[in-house]
Amino acid sequence: MKYMLMIYGNEAAMAKARKADFEQMMGAYLAYTEAMKQAGVIVAGDALEHSSTGTVVRVADGKTQVLNGPYAETKEQLAGYYIIDVADLDAALSWAARCPGAQHGAIEVRPLRAM
Amino acid sequence: MRRDDENAAATAEAVARRSYGKLVAFLAARTRDVAAAEDALADAFAAALADWPAHGVPDNPEAWLITAGRRRLVDAARRRRSRDAGADHVRLVAAELEAAAADAAAIPDDRLRLMFACAHPAIELAARAPLILQTTLGFDAAAIGSAFLVAPATMSQRLVRAKQKIRHAGIPFRIPEAEDLRARLAAVLDSIYAAFAEGWSDPAGTEARRRNLAAEGIWLGRLVARLLPDEPEALGLLALMLHAEARRGARRDAEGGYVPLGEQSPARWDGRSIDEAETLLRRAGALGRIGRYQLEAAVQSVHAARRVSGGTDWPAIALLYDALYALTQSPVVAINRAIALAETQGVAAGLAVLDRLLAEPRLAEYQPYWAARAGLLARSGAVAAADQAYERAIGLESEPAVRRFLQQQRAALRGR
Repeated sequence: MKYMLMIYGNEAAMAKARKADFEQMMGAYLAYTEAMKQAGVIVAGDALEHSSTGTVVRVADGKTQVLNGPYAETKEQLAGYYIIDVADLDAALSWAARCPGAQHGAIEVRPLRAM
Repeated sequence: MRRDDENAAATAEAVARRSYGKLVAFLAARTRDVAAAEDALADAFAAALADWPAHGVPDNPEAWLITAGRRRLVDAARRRRSRDAGADHVRLVAAELEAAAADAAAIPDDRLRLMFACAHPAIELAARAPLILQTTLGFDAAAIGSAFLVAPATMSQRLVRAKQKIRHAGIPFRIPEAEDLRARLAAVLDSIYAAFAEGWSDPAGTEARRRNLAAEGIWLGRLVARLLPDEPEALGLLALMLHAEARRGARRDAEGGYVPLGEQSPARWDGRSIDEAETLLRRAGALGRIGRYQLEAAVQSVHAARRVSGGTDWPAIALLYDALYALTQSPVVAINRAIALAETQGVAAGLAVLDRLLAEPRLAEYQPYWAARAGLLARSGAVAAADQAYERAIGLESEPAVRRFLQQQRAALRGR
């Protein structure tokens, strides 16, 4: 079953992080991604640029609206994602718990809809 | 004669429910589709509920259900073909089931796996116990709703959502690995205890549905203890429920009046249940992993010892509640601890604990808090304060017998 792991974190806090902490975090993510590859579960994964780089599009009454992002003002912002293919929810949760982002924010785990 | 008929009918119904649950678990564990498994067996189950109490339980109840449900089972497989790729799998499952039907013992018991799915952390807390009751014992949403004081439509929606989540989120039907087992088992045990406790609040057993839940809670507890005999908390929970149930006959006097634990006659307790509970608790203790349910059962064990010693070892109870409180930080445990402290260190010590709990918002509507407070205040001579506390307790109590008892206690204040 395929799941998306959505990584939420507080951008302001992350911006204030010391260089050493930041580098440690990046190293952790590299190791994490590599572990997923070795386990053969990773389908896709990317970090996202800062939420302020987001642009929102809505079409209403035939008119296209383009608004400054992000989609919602929240305490934690979407920072990146992984798509993994694993046996069941517990396996997905296990990977989510290992994600470095889980220690500083939250990971939402949602199944991809089987079409 | 009529009593025998009623007992036979009740037994037949219980067998029907348990056999149904075993088959639902078998199908659901393989297809991950709980609702579809229930649908496939619905007609057969209804037929069994109608037939067996009247004509007796068949020698092989599961085989009877599979035969009666054969057409629905095949239809279910056919319907799924158009929806997802698992169709062949479902057909194989139905065939596997039929083959196994010839030998009842050949159908593996997947109910524990089903219970772990129902109590998975991803399932809404309020849905877990109801889900277990519906899937393993076939109770309908209305019956479960009335037991938990929830509207039938609300309970029904809750159950539907939970089953959909099991299917769509890929919740596994598996007994968890070592590290997860303890935490996940706690959720299963909590659900079983919730079902049991709902049934137990009706000690006279006058409301048929509620009475069933206490018995079925114990049955589920036995099932888990049998399937996980090395898990001390599973044994502890069963011991706790058996202790509570052993005193059912003593909780009401001949006129239906409420009899508090301290005034119950041990002669009216079920000695065999207590003995069984004690054996379970000793086995649990030997496994060397203490937990919440073992501690609760140990408290009941101390109370039950009154049948032998004639007294209550309050220091032991206070120690056990200290440990329980350290483990759970539960306000309910704190109240019971206060009562024990009143016995070992004096009423003032007990009241001090209750005073500290006043700030807990949940307790404002919790009858046992106010009843305990009233009792201790009365003993300390604070008549006016005790009177107010009794009034609060009376206003929060829904059971007429308990209400009458509290009113008598309150009236006795003025008599002093």
